[in-house]
Amino acid sequence: MSGNQSYYVPESSIWPIVGSIGMLLLFFGFGTLLVNQSNGDPTTTAWVLFTVGALTLIYMIVGWLRDVINESRSGLYDAQMDRSFRQGMAWFIFSEVAFFAALFGALFYIRVFAVPWLGGEGAKGAANMLWEGFEAQWPLINNPDNSAFKGPDSVIGAWGLPLLNTVLLVTSSITLTLSHKALMHDKRKPAINWLALTVLLGVVFLFFQVEEYIEAYAHLNLTLDSGIYGSLFFLMTGFHGLHVLLGGIILSVILVRLIKGHFSSHDHFGYEAGAWYWHFVDVVWIILFIFVYVV
Amino acid sequence: MSAVADAHAVDHDHHGPAKGIARWLFTTNHKDIGTMYLVFSFTMFLVGGAMAMLIRAELFEPGMQLIQPAFYNQMTTMHGLIMVFGAVMPAFVGLANWMIPLMVGAPDMALPRLNNWSFWLLVTGSLILVSTLFMDGGAPNFGWTFYAPLSTTYGPDSTTFFIFAIHILGISSIMGAINVIATIINMRAPGMTFMKMPMFVWTWLITAFLLIAVLPVLAGVVTMMLMDIHFGTAFFDAAGGGDPVLFQHVFWFFGHPEVYIMILPAFGVISQIIPAFSRKPLFGYTSMVYAVAAIAILSFLVWAHHMFTVGIPIAGELFFMYATMIIAVPTGVKIFNWISTMFRGSLTFETPMLFAIGFVVLFTVGGLSGVMLAIAPADFQYHDTYFVVAHFHYVLIPGAIYGIFAAVYYWLPKWSGRMYSEALGKTHFWLSFIGLNVAFFPMHFVGLAGMPRRYVDYPVQFANFNMISSIGAFLFGISQLLLVYIVYRAIRSGNKAPARPWDGAEGLEWTVPSPAPYHTFEQPPKVD
Ligand SMILES: [Cu+2]
Repeated sequence: MSGNQSYYVPESSIWPIVGSIGMLLLFFGFGTLLVNQSNGDPTTTAWVLFTVGALTLIYMIVGWLRDVINESRSGLYDAQMDRSFRQGMAWFIFSEVAFFAALFGALFYIRVFAVPWLGGEGAKGAANMLWEGFEAQWPLINNPDNSAFKGPDSVIGAWGLPLLNTVLLVTSSITLTLSHKALMHDKRKPAINWLALTVLLGVVFLFFQVEEYIEAYAHLNLTLDSGIYGSLFFLMTGFHGLHVLLGGIILSVILVRLIKGHFSSHDHFGYEAGAWYWHFVDVVWIILFIFVYVV
Repeated sequence: MSAVADAHAVDHDHHGPAKGIARWLFTTNHKDIGTMYLVFSFTMFLVGGAMAMLIRAELFEPGMQLIQPAFYNQMTTMHGLIMVFGAVMPAFVGLANWMIPLMVGAPDMALPRLNNWSFWLLVTGSLILVSTLFMDGGAPNFGWTFYAPLSTTYGPDSTTFFIFAIHILGISSIMGAINVIATIINMRAPGMTFMKMPMFVWTWLITAFLLIAVLPVLAGVVTMMLMDIHFGTAFFDAAGGGDPVLFQHVFWFFGHPEVYIMILPAFGVISQIIPAFSRKPLFGYTSMVYAVAAIAILSFLVWAHHMFTVGIPIAGELFFMYATMIIAVPTGVKIFNWISTMFRGSLTFETPMLFAIGFVVLFTVGGLSGVMLAIAPADFQYHDTYFVVAHFHYVLIPGAIYGIFAAVYYWLPKWSGRMYSEALGKTHFWLSFIGLNVAFFPMHFVGLAGMPRRYVDYPVQFANFNMISSIGAFLFGISQLLLVYIVYRAIRSGNKAPARPWDGAEGLEWTVPSPAPYHTFEQPPKVD
C-alpha cells in the first residue's frame, strides 16, 4: 500500500442509474418486440423503446469509461486500485467461462445422452418408443419428428471456413502477444501495428463467420429451427461471435488509447484487460472448433 | 483481535452524504447502498409474503374460496421468485455491503460505482418481474423452477419478460459478487490475513464465488428458453432431438448451489453472533472455514437429487444420492462447532442470540428432512409433496431469514446508533418461532400422507392440518410487521448505542463509533 495516498472512492456518479434506465428500456422494448411479433401485433413502439434503451446504454458506457480514463490519467489511482480492476476483470471473465461451460454442458448432454436414448441406445433407450425407427446420429440430420423440425440437408464441414477461422484467431492471439511484448519495452510503434493487425484479424474472422451463416441458411437448410444440431450450432457460434465482436470493440478502443499515448510499460491495465478478454475468446473458439465442428 | 481506528482524524477533505434523492440515486457509499439493499429486500419480503398469505388463505379450507386456479399458480410462482431473487439474495448483499468493508478495515467496496449499478439493476429486474402480474395472460404460472415445456410451449406471454428479469437480476448479482470478492481479496487492512477474517467475510467470499460460477448457467438456461419460445430452436423439445430433462439438469446445476448462496452468509452471521453472546471465541474456526469450502464444492455435484423421479439412469440416482448425503458431514461439523461454542460459555439471550439459537435448532430440522429426501427410493414417495415444501421452508426461514433477522438486530446499533427494544425484539422472535413451526411442521405430515404441492385445492382428509398451517402462517406473517415497528421505533427514539453495544462482540466494526461515520477506515487500521 502506497503510504499516505488513500484508496480513491469516486464521490458520486450518474452513470449507474442512467445504465439501469437504459437496461429497463432496452429489455422492455425487446420483450415487447418479441411478444408482439409472435402475436402479429404492431411493433413500432417496441422498436422505439428498444432503440432509445440501446442508445442510453451506449451513452452510459461511453460516459462511464470516459470518467474512469480521466481519473486514471489524472493520477487518482494507486497500485491497490489497479489490483481491484484486475480482480474485477478476472472474475468477469470467469463468469463468462461459466456461461460457455453451461452451453458446452448442454452440447455434451444432448450428444452423449439425449440423442442416443431417443435412438434406443443406453439406459433410457425406451425413449425410442416415442418415435419408433428414429436412428441416433451426430450431427443430427434426420430429427425424430421431421414434420415439426425439418432437419438440415447437411452441416458445415470443419476443414473449410472453420479451419481458416481457427488459424485467423490463433494468429490474432500471437499478434496480440507481440504487441504486448512491444509495449512492455515501451516500443509504441510496433505495439500499435501488432494491435491493429489483431483487430483486423478479428474483423476478417467475423466476416467469414457471417459468410458461413449465409451458406448455412441459403444452401444447407441448416437453420435455428432445423432441430437440435442447428439450435446448438447457432447458439454456441453465435454467442462466441458476439464475444468476438465485443472483444474487437474493446481492442479498438484500446488501440485508439494506445495511439494517444495512454499506456506505458508500467501502467496499462486497460490494455491487459482487453488482451485477457481476447485470449479468452480465442480459447473458447478452439474448444468450440473441436466439439462443434470436428468431432 | 485488537485494532487502532482513527475514524475521527479523516473527515477533512470528505463531505458527508449529498442532499435529497440525489444521495440515493448517485451514491457510491457502501453504507448508503447497503441500506438501500436492506430496505428494498424487506419491501420485496413483504410483497412475497403477501402472496404467501393469499396462498394460505385459499388453502385455509378445502374447496375454492378466494382466487382462481390460474391466479393461484401465479401466486406460488411469484412468491418463490420474489423471495429468492428479490428478498433473500439482496438482503445478504445489503449485509455484505454494510459489513464487509467495516469488518476487513476497508474504506469502501473495491468498485464503488459498480456497486451502485448492482443495486439499481436489482430494482430494474424486480420491476420487470413484478410488472408481469399486470400483463395480458397474467404472470408466470409454472412454479419458481419454471420447468420446460410448461414454461416454453405452454407459458404465458409474460414469460419473455420474466426471462429478461432473470437476466438483469443475474447481471446485478454477478457484479455484486465480483465486488465482494475484489473487496475481500484486495482491500483487507494490513495484518488481516485470510485466516484472521471474520467468518461472515469468509462465508461471503465463498458465496460470491458460487454466484459467479452458477448465475451465468441460469442465464444460459433462460436464454435457451427464449430461443425455444421465439426462434424455433429445439433445446427442450424431443421432436427436434432436444430434451425437456436438459432444462432440469441445467436449471438445477444453478439451483442447488443457489440454496447454498442463500444459506452460507447466514452461517457466517450465526458464527459472529454465537461467540459474541457466549463470550467465547468461535470453536473450531479453521474447521468452520474448511466446512464452508467443502459444502460449496460439493454443491456442484448433487444437482440431480431434484430429479430422482424424472427418469435418470440408476447409476445417476446412486451417485447423486450418496454425494448429497456427504453434505451432511460438513454441515454437521458446523452445527457441532456452534454448539461447542456455546458449551460452558457465559450465555445471555438477547434477540440476535435467540434468532441464532432458533437457527441452529430449526435449520437442523430442515437439514434432517433433507437427508430423508436425499434417499432416492424414499424420494419417490416424497417427491413434489408438501414434505418438500416443509423441508425447504425449514431451511430457508429459520436458515436464511433468521440469519438476516439476527444480523439486523446484531448490527442495527452500529447502523443507526440506536438500540432496539429488547422486549419487542424477543416478542418478535417468539411470535416468529411459534408461527413458523405451526405453519410448516404439519406440512411434513400431509406431505408424507401424499398431499401434492402446487394445487389450489385438496381432499378433505388434509383439512385440519391445512387449517393449522394457515393459522401459523398468518401469525408468522403478521409478526413481521412488528419488525418494521421495532426498527422504526429504534431509529426514532431508541437509546443511544455505544461503539460496542455487545460486551462479547469482537471485530473491527465495533472499533468505529455508532452510528458508523459516513466514511470509515480511509486510512487502513492495523490488525495484529
Ligand atoms: Cu439441491
